[in-house]
Amino acid sequence: MSLRVLPKAALPAWVDQLCAGHRVAGPKPLHGQHIFGEIHSSSELELGYPTTVIPPKKYLFPQVEELFSFRKDTGEITPKLDARPTVVLGVHTCDLHAMHLLDRVFQNGYTDQHYQAHRENTLVVSIECLVPCMEHSFCKSMGTLSATDGFDLHLTDLGEEYAVDVDTERGARLLEGFAPARPATEDDYHRVNRVMSEKWPRFPLRLDFDVTELPSLLSVSYDSKLWDELGERCLACAMCTNVCPTCYCFNVADEVDLTLNAGRRLRMWDSCQLDKFASVAGGHDFRKTRARRQRHRFFRKGKYQTDAFGLLGCVGCGRCAQACLVNITPVDTFNALYHRQTQNTQAEVRP
Amino acid sequence: MTTTLKQALEAPSIYLPTQARIVDARPMGNTEKVLTIELPKGVSLNHRPGQFVEVSVLGVGEAPISISSSPSRSNGTFEVCVRKAGDLTSVLHQMGPKETLGIRGPFGRGFPYERFRGKDILFAPGGLGLAPLRSLINQVLDERGNFGRVIILYGARDPSELLFMDEVRQWQSRSDTEVHLSVDRGDDSWKGNVGVITTLFPKVEIYPRNTVGITVGPPAMYRFVLMEMLGKGLSEGNIWMSLERRMKCGVGKCGHCQINHLYTCQSGPAFSYAEIKHLEEAL
Ligand SMILES: Cc1cc2nc3c(=O)[nH]c(=O)nc-3n(C[C@H](O)[C@H](O)[C@H](O)COP(=O)(O)OP(=O)(O)OC[C@H]3O[C@@H](n4cnc5c(N)ncnc54)[C@H](O)[C@@H]3O)c2cc1C
Ligand code: SF4
Ligand code: SF4
Ligand code: FES
Repeated sequence: MSLRVLPKAALPAWVDQLCAGHRVAGPKPLHGQHIFGEIHSSSELELGYPTTVIPPKKYLFPQVEELFSFRKDTGEITPKLDARPTVVLGVHTCDLHAMHLLDRVFQNGYTDQHYQAHRENTLVVSIECLVPCMEHSFCKSMGTLSATDGFDLHLTDLGEEYAVDVDTERGARLLEGFAPARPATEDDYHRVNRVMSEKWPRFPLRLDFDVTELPSLLSVSYDSKLWDELGERCLACAMCTNVCPTCYCFNVADEVDLTLNAGRRLRMWDSCQLDKFASVAGGHDFRKTRARRQRHRFFRKGKYQTDAFGLLGCVGCGRCAQACLVNITPVDTFNALYHRQTQNTQAEVRP
Repeated sequence: MTTTLKQALEAPSIYLPTQARIVDARPMGNTEKVLTIELPKGVSLNHRPGQFVEVSVLGVGEAPISISSSPSRSNGTFEVCVRKAGDLTSVLHQMGPKETLGIRGPFGRGFPYERFRGKDILFAPGGLGLAPLRSLINQVLDERGNFGRVIILYGARDPSELLFMDEVRQWQSRSDTEVHLSVDRGDDSWKGNVGVITTLFPKVEIYPRNTVGITVGPPAMYRFVLMEMLGKGLSEGNIWMSLERRMKCGVGKCGHCQINHLYTCQSGPAFSYAEIKHLEEAL
């Protein structure tokens, strides 16, 4: 929509102003890593973070969320839609792409009003990554190294200043009346373009093939032996799905308070990697082995979501690779499938 | 104007159950109970045979349960047949008339029975599988003239597990319906066929080109019944079944019910064999 320029020296004052009027969340350090958490002043914010353990998805789809509260004696049910205005600062573009997928999922078919309430009341201020955040990220291969929409404001570091892309009305309102944020000049556009073209070569391509081939690669890899190999290593700990910005499977359970009369129905993150995720009463488990559960996970990331929603189910953030104790990673998995597949076809073509 | 439950679902949350009243609760079989449920005034379920509802009790939880009554016999109420299998279903078993429970739905795609009109129908329910199939059987019998031959092959583990026997006897007494029963293990009073449901197939003559086969039962049963139906020459697109999966939302979000890429709660639970035969996770 428009571009403004904010001196870095004025950022703390702007963030403090936001904190005065909104719930504000952003990246902050914790025990040598970073997390997204609520911040109450600019001093808590660390915008130059590598990546966070848990993605900012939690502001749209919390780890545990109340769907409604109830009273058993009266049968009264009160839905809970969390509409607290929230500004999430410093979202990386991979996580923006993940939110885009979640939008499609929760708005497809039946609209999930709980997600929708968060979404409509959450303002996203994202930031351009200029250097790779960690060894496991592969955003460039997944096409998520930048983003053209999905944010309200988007910051690009120009050295002493931030270029601020204003993409929505409500984003513009966050800057309204903040004097240090000036309109961009033609020179500022040139500076943004230079920063963008300089950043590109700094990021490695980590898939050995073009990602548009991923869905078709998977469709010929369903019976690959690789799934058994992964199944033998996997601990079924569900860390990979817990940290993933595009995972959204959940469980639902009732919680009753000490009166045994009042309670809440909650939904909480669940994982297809856990034993029993697909089991039914009577004991039948439709995805019994870890091999099948790993296959299901990677098919969701690289094919099922794409087929259903037109977007990849993996945004290349690398969090799952970082979290996995046995080094199961999407990059190694997809590349292994690719190389096995090309070897197979070469073997077939050879006389 | 009647409000459908779906409209009631539109606001403010898809997870809010509508509080409904039990008007009748009758035991059936060793571990099953049939509940007749009435929605609040003016709300009709408007279901299709093969769809399910999410039934819940506040403080206990929620579970998907098939609608067992047919739309043709709705009378402002509907029936479910519940087997005691865990937390929620045990509580449902203790409930009686006038008590309330929560209903969401109807969900899923039912059987496309309009497309079956003019064809012969071969029903093959096993055990509790009669509960969902009963909805379709009665729908077909209530518009009997629209269908060709109707054959019902019903199997259960033992005579005490044969459900809805009062109705099954009515079906048996109709001249336009062929019913065969079998139990895996007989008892002293059992005079009928003994053996798994597939032992009934050789007893019936069908014209495969014009027959739709429909089976619902425990997961282990499907392979064998499918072999019989395919063996009789039914086409893959004319064989229908209903698949059970773990379900936590019913609306295509929670991920539990996925069969490969398909969400059972949305694309199913009724599927034709042609739709799922290539999916390793289906059967
Ligand atoms: C489309 C559809 C239609 C159905 N129709 C009918 C019907 O008409 N009649 C009928 O009786 N049933 C039907 N069912 C099955 C019914 O939904 C289950 O029996 C019911 O969900 C059991 O719920 P529960 O709370 O009683 O059992 P639960 O307490 O949930 O326990 C069931 C089993 O699952 C295990 N379990 C429970 N929670 C978890 C968890 N979080 N993780 C791992 N394991 C767990 C338990 O150990 C137990 O073995 C249908 C299911 C589907 C999908
Ligand atoms: S984090 Fe690694 S070990 Fe744990 S479930 Fe995921 S792949 Fe398996
Ligand atoms: S699968 Fe791994 S790399 Fe891909 S989005 Fe999820 S956590 Fe990130
Ligand atoms: S039951 Fe939740 S997605 Fe189908």
